[in-house]
Amino acid sequence: MAQATLDIPANKIWGGGTSPFGASYGKLMMWFFLLSDAFSFSSLLVALGYARHVHADTWPLVENVFFHFPLTHAHLPLLYVGLMTFILIISSVTMVLAVDAGHTNNKKGVIFWLGLTVVGGLVFLGSQAWEWYTFIVGGEGVVKSIIVDGEVQKVLVQGANLQNNEYGHTLFANFFFFITGFHGFHVFSGVVINAIVLYQATQGVFERRGHYEMVEKAGLYWHFVDLVWVFVFTFFYLL
Amino acid sequence: MNHVEDQSLHYSRPHSRTPEESKAVRKKILVVTGLLSLITVVEILIGVYFSKTHVGEGTWTLIKWFYIILTLVKAGYIVLVFMHLGDENKSLRTTVLLPMVLVIYLIFIALFEGEVLIQYVQEFMK
Repeated sequence: MAQATLDIPANKIWGGGTSPFGASYGKLMMWFFLLSDAFSFSSLLVALGYARHVHADTWPLVENVFFHFPLTHAHLPLLYVGLMTFILIISSVTMVLAVDAGHTNNKKGVIFWLGLTVVGGLVFLGSQAWEWYTFIVGGEGVVKSIIVDGEVQKVLVQGANLQNNEYGHTLFANFFFFITGFHGFHVFSGVVINAIVLYQATQGVFERRGHYEMVEKAGLYWHFVDLVWVFVFTFFYLL
Repeated sequence: MNHVEDQSLHYSRPHSRTPEESKAVRKKILVVTGLLSLITVVEILIGVYFSKTHVGEGTWTLIKWFYIILTLVKAGYIVLVFMHLGDENKSLRTTVLLPMVLVIYLIFIALFEGEVLIQYVQEFMK
């Protein structure tokens, strides 16, 4: 068969040699991983919506659950979680600046902005630990009829665990733990990845390699974590 | 020659920029940051001043859709600007964004099933 000669620019041919996506293998795989992760989180959030739709009568009002703020007893709904959202957005911005510094081979810039990103991630994790602590300890509690040793008994339920919680339907606490926990674990692994990349940057690994694409890949993951939180914030806390 | 070329060197080689270009990039990042923060503040203010229990059902539906639109706007800016998907080529953009259509189908299934389940429970309680 004769070789077909077509007038197509080399970078648009799918025949090999060049990436039809205009991206390296590593970056492409990071995108595909994030796509699959997006499906995991979509499933979790849709399951939350489903549970909430079915148990609408016993589902608590979120502003009656998350109104605490450190060092004060005032009733401040949504403010703390809003602050957490803001922290994550800012750490996302410092990550963009780190990636941008990498684009111009600016080693000092990468180290500075990536360092700030790691700090932002740690602050977020600390905030989430406080949120979980407040949620688990709870307030004054409510008396609930629950089954103990095969008998229905009236028990004072305080705070939350996986079996009971004082706020409303059991699934409410379960989804809180699972969704924010799954996201928090992503934040944790993101901080670890960023810290490793930061260490490599200080050691001049990327300078020797001739490009800072690893910062870009870690950045994609970090932005994804921020992206997921935007959805968790809306579908768990706002609606 | 028997050596493996570093692909990333081909696609992500650092480049120098003129001061004007650097300024434009910084400005874009700053504008998007401001926008994301503003949307978050608006969302919180709505959440604080319009409680589900104090507004009518129609108003709440409106607020709900407003929240969802704001969230999608935020997500769009994060993905297209912060993750630079807007700067990638069309094949990559389509490959990443098109499969998300399936989520709409998932939402449809969940709502449909939830509705049926509620009806069954009501039937059973009669």
